[in-house]
Amino acid sequence: MSNIQPVFIALQANNDTLPIIEAICSDNPQAQVNEYPAMVKINCPGRMVIRRSSVEERMGRDFDLRELQINLISLAGEVDESEDEFVLFWKA
Amino acid sequence: MAADGDLKPIKKLSLKENYALLTRGLGWEPTYEKKEEIFRTIDFEGIKIHDWEKWEDPFRLTMDAYWKYQGEKERKLYAIIDAFQQNNGQFNVTDARYVQALKLFLNGIVGLEYASHRGFNILGREFPGVGPRIAAQMQAIDELRHATTQIHAISHYNRFFEGMADFPHQFDRVWYLSIPKSFFEDAVSSGPFEFIVAISFAFEYVLTNLAFMPWMSGAAFNGDMSTVSFGFSAQSDEARHMTLGIEVIKFLLEQDPDNVPLVQKWIDKWFWRGYRLLALLATMMDYMLPKRVMSWSEAWTIYYEENGGALFADLARYGIRPPKYADVTIKEKQRVSHEMWSIFYSVRNAVGFPVWLPSAEEMDWFSEKYPDTFDRYYRPRFEHWRELEEKGTPFTNMTLPQLCQVCQWPCIYTEPDDPTEFVHRETEYQGETFHFCSDGCKDIFCNEPEKYVHAWLPVHQIYQGNCFPEGADPTAPDFNPLVAALQYMGIKPGVDGGLMSQHVDASRWEQWTSRPANLHEGAITQAVRKTT
Ligand SMILES: [Fe+2]
Ligand SMILES: [Fe+2]
Repeated sequence: MSNIQPVFIALQANNDTLPIIEAICSDNPQAQVNEYPAMVKINCPGRMVIRRSSVEERMGRDFDLRELQINLISLAGEVDESEDEFVLFWKA
Repeated sequence: MAADGDLKPIKKLSLKENYALLTRGLGWEPTYEKKEEIFRTIDFEGIKIHDWEKWEDPFRLTMDAYWKYQGEKERKLYAIIDAFQQNNGQFNVTDARYVQALKLFLNGIVGLEYASHRGFNILGREFPGVGPRIAAQMQAIDELRHATTQIHAISHYNRFFEGMADFPHQFDRVWYLSIPKSFFEDAVSSGPFEFIVAISFAFEYVLTNLAFMPWMSGAAFNGDMSTVSFGFSAQSDEARHMTLGIEVIKFLLEQDPDNVPLVQKWIDKWFWRGYRLLALLATMMDYMLPKRVMSWSEAWTIYYEENGGALFADLARYGIRPPKYADVTIKEKQRVSHEMWSIFYSVRNAVGFPVWLPSAEEMDWFSEKYPDTFDRYYRPRFEHWRELEEKGTPFTNMTLPQLCQVCQWPCIYTEPDDPTEFVHRETEYQGETFHFCSDGCKDIFCNEPEKYVHAWLPVHQIYQGNCFPEGADPTAPDFNPLVAALQYMGIKPGVDGGLMSQHVDASRWEQWTSRPANLHEGAITQAVRKTT
């Protein structure tokens, strides 16, 4: 049974997060970006992945996914994190 | 050296291996003390844990990474606070009304960060599992950071505005601040499992997005780069705490089916407690932000109904249902901020910040955002009060309100299905009558009356004469009990509360900035008239 409950991630709107947001949009075609003052909230049905390689490609440098912590505002969904991917998902 | 030539370089540990060594490798089994002597509060709540090793912390944050990234967050935050202070940022916010919301934040919320720090220290000591202990200890440090950065950032405002200088004193004594204070003390004085379900899950996971996302975004929109920066800096830790919250729930539910009804009972209780606490925020969002990002009702729809809906759909597989009385919160979302602001307005001489009536523009915004309620129930009230203000006889209420025994709000809320009728519930326990603002609060009392009979209710305490400054003589001919009670709370009578248009923050604001203290109402002093 496929799951369409939304997960989300909210990041500070700044220069550090521009390439991250771009990477999310290209890796998750269903992602929907909402801009608020100082904040960007990205919703996605069921599952959203942040890929290190995609972020690095856009940033032009090495990126440790734990650096997300610095500009993270909030998230919804269960988290699975490894060196290569940060995944938000619902199981149901 | 040649002998070393055979050694292969040590393989770099993966994130998962690293985290496993930290959380599993550093634990030990006690040999000369009994386990139940070391962990004395872990059994009485009835939660059954068979295997603490099943605990997973999804963020897998090791200590080196923790300090590295927290250090980076602090440097970033302080760069902004410095810039804010050096550039007189306090005068670049929309108007002087915005600053009043910061008083509520400093006096009412910062104390919760500190209480949370204490609570997680206790958990870091009480949990037998190493994974959750480390998570709790990191969170305890985070919460202390939140309290100190918030105090530090707002201290700059304290140099220019009234009502912020006595925040720890006020937190312990002001009548409406007993609402946040008693919320956290209720949690800290429960057992460790109830505390973590209450704070990490019901409060942080389900409810704090409402506090920090639309509110902080609103602070940014009103030009307060200091507040939005400490808010987002704290919230970046919060995202980790929220993930702990959901991990806790899954862990408890997977450990034993007997845990399910206990967890459900705590979710019901703490969702309702947290929701009532957030009424303060509903008011701050709708009434105290001169420029608004979204209404409370919209925020509740997005962050509770949609995101909370997804969460509880996911938890249904464990037999968990959405919190009891969630339907009441949805019925109240069109009313709660208006009901609260009416109360603050009518008792404005006994609160620590000045209040005002919404302007014509603001009322139009409310009509649009609250189409089913505002024009019908609240616009006529505010228009009537405006007429009274213009006549020089503004409406005030000098009677102290009846408080709810559980949430400690005045009983000001209305019936779920009738916005014109106050909710008033009561029950008897050991020959005494206890009063409640809602069915939700009444249920909480009836489940644990022996706890809630001990509630320290400010209004009762004032009437019993327990809230006067030291040395006050209630038999003196000129003794004014209300003034004495305000002094006891750390509120300066005649300075801190009252109407915004007569408040010293407003006249100073106009002198210093040459801009109106209330964006919509025009200047109240010559300082602005001369320049516009
Ligand atoms: Fe916090
Ligand atoms: Fe209540």
